Amino acid sequence: MKVDCLVVGAGPAGNVAAGELARRGVETLVVEKKAEIGPPKRCAEGVSQRSLEVLGINPHPQSIARTITGAALYAPSGKQVVMEGQGMEGYVLERKIFEKHLASRAIQAGARYMVKTQVLDMKRVNGAWEAQIRGLEGTETVTADLVIGADGVESKVGRWAGLKSLNRLTDYHSGFQYEMANVNVNERYIHLFFGREVAPLGYAWVFPKAFSANVGLGILEREARMRSHQYLKQFIANHPEMFARASPIEVNGGGIPVNHFTDMVTDGVMLVGDAAQLVNPIHGGGIVRAMHSAQMAAEVGASALQEGDLSRDRLLSYRRQWDQVYEDKTAQLLKLRFFLEKLEDKDFELLADILDGADIFELTQARLSFFIKKVLKRPSLLGLAKKYLTD
Amino acid sequence: MVVVNHYQCLHCGGCVGLCPVNALTLYELHLEVSEACTECGICVKFCPVGALEEAP
Repeated sequence: MKVDCLVVGAGPAGNVAAGELARRGVETLVVEKKAEIGPPKRCAEGVSQRSLEVLGINPHPQSIARTITGAALYAPSGKQVVMEGQGMEGYVLERKIFEKHLASRAIQAGARYMVKTQVLDMKRVNGAWEAQIRGLEGTETVTADLVIGADGVESKVGRWAGLKSLNRLTDYHSGFQYEMANVNVNERYIHLFFGREVAPLGYAWVFPKAFSANVGLGILEREARMRSHQYLKQFIANHPEMFARASPIEVNGGGIPVNHFTDMVTDGVMLVGDAAQLVNPIHGGGIVRAMHSAQMAAEVGASALQEGDLSRDRLLSYRRQWDQVYEDKTAQLLKLRFFLEKLEDKDFELLADILDGADIFELTQARLSFFIKKVLKRPSLLGLAKKYLTD
Repeated sequence: MVVVNHYQCLHCGGCVGLCPVNALTLYELHLEVSEACTECGICVKFCPVGALEEAP
């Protein structure tokens, strides 16, 4: 089989890429290894409304499990800081519906899909890519001028293409989550819990859905004394006020790549989303960045196909577009993350005392200078300031 | 070679992206370890549920 573009993986990135390519008249085939697009999720399903608006993506009403108005953050003592107001509104999605809806829109635009079909290998032959795929109909070869690797943290496309997409354990959270029913929590907010003993170098979350909640956490292995599964069991046991009458209806695991380093392009190949660690380094959210990278890659890919030039040099304009929007912000957020990784529990308590919700919102937008001033003004926080400045 | 406990594996694929020798492949409901495995132990450290073990 011969196509213009082969998209590997039908998550948020792959589906958006396919839709945008098909809309531009590119003959696009999406292969998804699972029998069903969507589950199992590796994700807490939260997105900000504003980011979706920026991308021009309207989730189908049935994809929205809960609309939230803000976030509540908790220091280890339980002290709470609420972030609410403009820009904080968000959705907790039902991802299996969200993804199937994105796929159906791509199909309406002209893309073709194959499910329960896995790419086994991919080789460069005569200036194109030849992919071996295997599905219900057996094995066949797909020849494509362009391959979009939307195959997630376990990306094989990146490896076959010779891109250095191997993740490092130092920048890769181990995630574990239950979706639980009957959790007793304020359903207007997502809830984030910090502390060395709660989730070392990460955080725990409770994201309310329609009649359940995603309850999970991510940790970095180097500071952990047990597995993420055990940290979550401990978190649930320590919060009977939320979980005394709750039980799981689903369990999820996942790797969360929180430091982007992979070159996203080579001849005839572009990586999008988790495959190239395009994840917000401070909260680990990946849905919005995945879809934004897919939009950029599709735009560049469609023009490159029309021009008949799929060289790395031509496709590099995708990476340039990405860097223009995200490079500085990501670097600032990484700096903030490295600072947060140095905090002990007493530092989180201090931060909860001096920062309000608006401050924390500024921080998540990578506006850090006010924060340094605020910390430096207080003699009791000099220890904290040193941690920041010695980065 | 690393051994997968198929009763515990959640098929999240998190380990696959960490394997320095590309010895792990996730099929839909099956995590496969190839002969290339060097027992470096990175995937074992990562696994959220402890479904990977270095063979005795």
